[in-house]
Amino acid sequence: MTEQLNLYGSAFDSRLLVGTALYPSPAIMRESVEASGSEIITLSLRRQNPEQQQGKMLWDYIRDSGCQLLPNTAGCKTPREAIALAEMSREIFQTDWLKLEVIGDDYNLQPDPYGLIEAARELVRRGFKVLPYCTDDLVVCRKLLDVGCEVLMPWGAPIGTGQGLLNRYNLQTLRERLPKVPLIIDAGIGAPSQAAEAMEMGFDAVLLNTAIAKAQNPVLMARAFRLAVEAGRSAYSAGLMLKRQTASPSTPTLDMPFWQQADTAFQD
Amino acid sequence: MQIFVNGEGHSFERPTDLSNLLQQLGYSGETFAVALNGDFVPRASYLQTEIKDGDALDVVAPVVGG
Repeated sequence: MTEQLNLYGSAFDSRLLVGTALYPSPAIMRESVEASGSEIITLSLRRQNPEQQQGKMLWDYIRDSGCQLLPNTAGCKTPREAIALAEMSREIFQTDWLKLEVIGDDYNLQPDPYGLIEAARELVRRGFKVLPYCTDDLVVCRKLLDVGCEVLMPWGAPIGTGQGLLNRYNLQTLRERLPKVPLIIDAGIGAPSQAAEAMEMGFDAVLLNTAIAKAQNPVLMARAFRLAVEAGRSAYSAGLMLKRQTASPSTPTLDMPFWQQADTAFQD
Repeated sequence: MQIFVNGEGHSFERPTDLSNLLQQLGYSGETFAVALNGDFVPRASYLQTEIKDGDALDVVAPVVGG
């Protein structure tokens, strides 16, 4: 049994956080979330006309799921937008947890580090538990900690790309330099093997959406990710062997049959 | 007066408060939240919030997200 994930004073058994978007149907979304074993799910807010009831239907399910809700500020490009959406989220979802997104580039949905830090500072001041979606830049991450974030969510790769951990050097640096900070790889994970890789590197959890929702069988893929995250975490806890440059037999060499002392006479 | 609700123009005869306006627009229940001219308005402040000509209202509700 591995130790629990602790975020902002709450403990979780699962180290896989999942999004609720892009599924073929609400029923498959629900089944996939359950198969993932996730205890933290992301969702969002968008404009809605009074005759639309999707918001209420989604909310009814989400509320019954028992999961910690993690509303996002997806699409926000300025601190002002993100702060307003965060306040609206807190009122509707009745949680001060927030996946803070301030996007600086439309093409690769890269976080704007300046806007992110400014928004995080204000939201922490207002009592939010901010989980910022950030780049893998050590200095930006430190600044986010300085303004009061207790958890960081660096990207593995741009959202929805499925490219995996594009900059292992930066990510490894974050892990080594911020050993006590809960670090969640958020975005860019495309395959269970990549999630396992992140966990083996010592990251505390992974957050993903597209890789499950866009699989041909999302429910089965959700299970695959659950197993991969568990495997990766166990591997990290167990301690990976050190890599070697040369081969080293695993089978004992002592008392190998067919060996004759005379053989050595013909060698060299 | 004209106000913008979720980006669309709506005409009203006279100034009103936010609570009344939301009612006229058909919003009910508690699964929506409001921003006025880009700033969040807490539910408890709807009655005291005056709506003026040219105001822009955003009314949002839960959606799926990643």
